Parts: sequence; C-alpha cells; structure tokens
Amino acid sequence: MDISLQQVGYLYGKDTPFEKRALQEVDVTIESGSYTAIIGHTGSGKSTLLMHLNGLLRPSEGVVKVGDLEIHRKTKAKALRSIRRRVGIVFQFPEHQLFEETVLKDIMFGPINFGVEEDVAEKRAYELISLLGLPKEVAHKSPFDLSGGQMRRVAIAGVLAFNPSILVLDEPTAGLDPRGRHEIMELFQVLHEKENLTTILVTHSMDDAAKYADQVVVMHDGTSVMHGTPEEVFSDEEKLQSYRLGLPKTVKFQQDIEKLIGRTLPGLALTEEQLAEMIVAAVEEDPSC
Amino acid sequence: MLEKMIFGRFIPGQSFIHRLDPRSKLLFVMLFVFAVFLANNVQTYALLLAFTLLVIVASRIRLYFLLNGLKPILFLIIFTFFMHLFFNREGALLVDWKVIKIYEEGIRQGIFISLRFLVLVLVTSILTLTTSPISITDGMEDLLGPFKRFKLPVHELALMMSISLRFIPTLMDETDKILKAQLARGSDISSGTIKERVNAVIPLLVPLFVSAFKRAEDLAVAMEVRGYRGGEGRTRYRQLKWDFRDTIAMLVLVILVVTLYFWRG
Repeated sequence: MDISLQQVGYLYGKDTPFEKRALQEVDVTIESGSYTAIIGHTGSGKSTLLMHLNGLLRPSEGVVKVGDLEIHRKTKAKALRSIRRRVGIVFQFPEHQLFEETVLKDIMFGPINFGVEEDVAEKRAYELISLLGLPKEVAHKSPFDLSGGQMRRVAIAGVLAFNPSILVLDEPTAGLDPRGRHEIMELFQVLHEKENLTTILVTHSMDDAAKYADQVVVMHDGTSVMHGTPEEVFSDEEKLQSYRLGLPKTVKFQQDIEKLIGRTLPGLALTEEQLAEMIVAAVEEDPSC
Repeated sequence: MLEKMIFGRFIPGQSFIHRLDPRSKLLFVMLFVFAVFLANNVQTYALLLAFTLLVIVASRIRLYFLLNGLKPILFLIIFTFFMHLFFNREGALLVDWKVIKIYEEGIRQGIFISLRFLVLVLVTSILTLTTSPISITDGMEDLLGPFKRFKLPVHELALMMSISLRFIPTLMDETDKILKAQLARGSDISSGTIKERVNAVIPLLVPLFVSAFKRAEDLAVAMEVRGYRGGEGRTRYRQLKWDFRDTIAMLVLVILVVTLYFWRG
C-alpha cells in the first residue's frame, strides 16, 4: 500500500499562546513494500510526521493518502479507524502501553478492537510470541513481570497482532543495550520480509538508516528536505551537515581508509560487510596500498 | 488532544500581574474568594465582573484562550444556571409553558450564582497562569510560616504541593502518549455505549498508574541521593520580595471589599 503526503502542514496548540508550527509543506511518497528511514535532528518534526501516518493527528494543511484512503483536516473519526487497522505504529518505549493481566490478552487487545474473531486473534498471538523469540510460557504471565526487553517485544507483538500492512517504528531501540538494539533491528528486518510489510523507521541513528533502509527521507525544521536511496543521501556530506546530521560509521570509516591508501573506493559502504568487501577488492587489485 | 487544558499551566510573561510577589497574589486570591460572597445585587456583581476583566487585561492573557481552556468548567457553570432556572420557585412566575415554569428569582439566582462561579474560576486561573508553580509554593510556605510553631510540617506540605503541581503537565503528556498508543491499537474512547467507554478507559489508566508510581519512586531516590532531609536549616536561592506594586494590589483589594460592602443590598 503506497503512502503519500502532499503539502502537509501541522500546527500544535492551534489558537493558543503555545501555538507552534511543527510541519510545513511536507511532500513524501513511500512505495508499497519499501523500507523507508526518516532521519532528522531533534525537533525536526519526525515524530509529528509519523502521527499523521495513521490519523492520530489530522494535518492542518494538505492531504495524507494511505492506499485509497485520504486523511485531511476534516476526516471523520470513523474513517480513521480503518486507516489505523492498516498502519501499525510502534511508539517510543512501546512497553508503556501494556496494561492487561496476561501477555496473551495484551497482544489480543488490538485485533479484538478491530473486530477480529477471538480464536483467530489467539492463534495469531501465539504465532507472534514464537516469531518474536519469546518463551512460550510467557503467554499467561503478567506483562509487568517480564524483563524490559521482553516487555518491548510483547508490545511490538501487540501492534503486529492486527496484521497491519504498514509498520511504523519510532526509535524502536531507544533505551536498549547494544545487543538488544541489534536483535530488535534484525527482528524488524525479518518481519519486513516475512510479513510483506511496508516499513517506516523513524530514527536518529544514521547507522540503522544506512544498514536497513532502501529509502531515506531527511527532515529538517518541519519539512522534508532530502529523499532518495541511502547511497544518494549519504554521499552528500555537506548537505547533511547543514541539517546537523552526520554520516554512518561505515561511510566515515571508508573516508578514513580512502585517505590512508590515497585512492577512492567504488560506491558507498552502507554495512560493515560491504565495507570489508570493498577493502579486500581494493587490496587485491593493488597490493601495494 | 489535551493540549487545550490550562489547569495548573503557567504562561511566562512580564505583565503587572506576572511580576507581583506570589504572597500578595495568594493573599489576594484568598481574600477575593471571600469578597465574592459579599455581592448580592446587580451593582455589586457588575463591579465584580468588571474587576475580574480588569485583572485579566492586566495579566495580558487572551480572553479567548482563557475561556477556551476553561470549557469543561463553563459547561458546569451553564448547568448550574439551568438548575436554578428550572428549579427555583420564588418570585413572580414569568414563563409557564407545559412543564417548564420559570420564576423571576430563578433567573436572578441563576445568573448571580453562575457569575460568582465564573469570577472565582477566572481569578484563580489567572493566579496559576501567571505564577510559576515554584513561586506559588514558595509563597505558600512563607505565608504558612507562622504555623510552624504549632508543629505544622509547612515545608513538607509545600513540597508536596510543588511536586503535585510540577507533575500535572507531565502526567497530561503521559496520558496523551498512552492514549495515542492505544488509539493506534484500535481502542475507541469517543464512541460506543457508556459501558464500552468506561471499559476503554482501563487501557489508559493502568499504564498511567504504573508510570506514576515509577516516577514517584525515581523522584524519591533522586532526592535521597542528593541528601534531601526536609526544610530544617535550608536556605533559599529565590528570595521573595514585597514590592510597592504588591502594596498597591492589596490596597485595590481593600477598596474593592469596602465598595462591595457599601453597595450590597
């Protein structure tokens, strides 16, 4: 399902002394099946943008299209529900949304709300528990008795439970240790392929954007300023710097190597593996360097 | 969604009212609350209303914003008005249409009581809108100072107050966040039968309580770590200063009370 934002603008606290413009003239198109990273400095409007994707906020100006459904200033609450069914959002610290007595019930909360049969929802919940690498006996425990990492997985399962075709992730690894971070990001990669998702990752980690995404959108001061493949976006260091963004570690390392050996490597290294291969190829070609 | 609520919010500014000492503002509001009950006829209520408008103008807070933020309370005021209108049976009968009987006294009382309500709410809102929670607490602690003799834990009370005031916006934000997360999972609070709506509040309240307790614990630990041990021997960074303008405010209030006293029927 394609998503497109056309000339979207949003004002927080409209008509109050706290009125603040968060978005203006955002134009973004996200193709079905793509893995898009939205990057930007703090306060660039990333999180506001993401809440427009399932109608939690209605744009003050412009239109958001999700498949054949449109959200604009006056869209009715009822229409928003069918959009929410298609777009699942995993918020920052999603474990804060857990509330049920058991993990199973909490995962089933979403699907039941959207009118899925109870036995179907239960089957899906068990499926997700194993898919997300949670031990089976967790199902009948209280979510508050789990470890932080497990709670986060349960919360993610709670979003996947109603089979959204678009999955939006807002800093899903915030507050995790490096290993947990890696595990969760790999998990989303698997889900992206297995469940045929259109994934949108809001992050300030350039490394994750480079490694996982096939499209990158750069937000700055409430508007979308760059949009392209990671190679395109991360090859323009000057422009990124003007938006107060850096380069992924791999690209920086590539630059250091290039300086060291005095020649440029072909292409842009977005993952560690790519970088290693490029260095090996360069050395094989010219052993003297 | 909750961004329009203005209870406990503070809007920084440089107006006359903003710069008053919190003690004078607190005293003012406390005395004003009593003064409101002196009014009992058209003149005195008009004076009260005019005075309240003057305070609002002096605070430089937009009236529209104020009323918009007080919508839930305005609703209550209107409700009070209609209660009086329909159920007060004194005075001359003015309207007699089927079951509806409206008496002269009903209208009078309805208007007066709602005005009294409105004036009280407006003036107290102005207090919290123009005074930072910290100043309110400092002022409170200072005013209650004399009660320390009677073993009243003034400092602790003030601290409790400042903590709860401090956390109103935090909890509001938290509610908003959790609400959004549950809405994204298809929860629906704004439609359905009353029973369904009440049930829809549970997914909101449970996480809210969990996080509030966690926050309280974190705060307690953070205070202990920094060696907090109550008000004994504690000095203040922010010193309160009673200015000429505070005296003026008090004088204005005295004039108001005296006028009200002489004008009342």
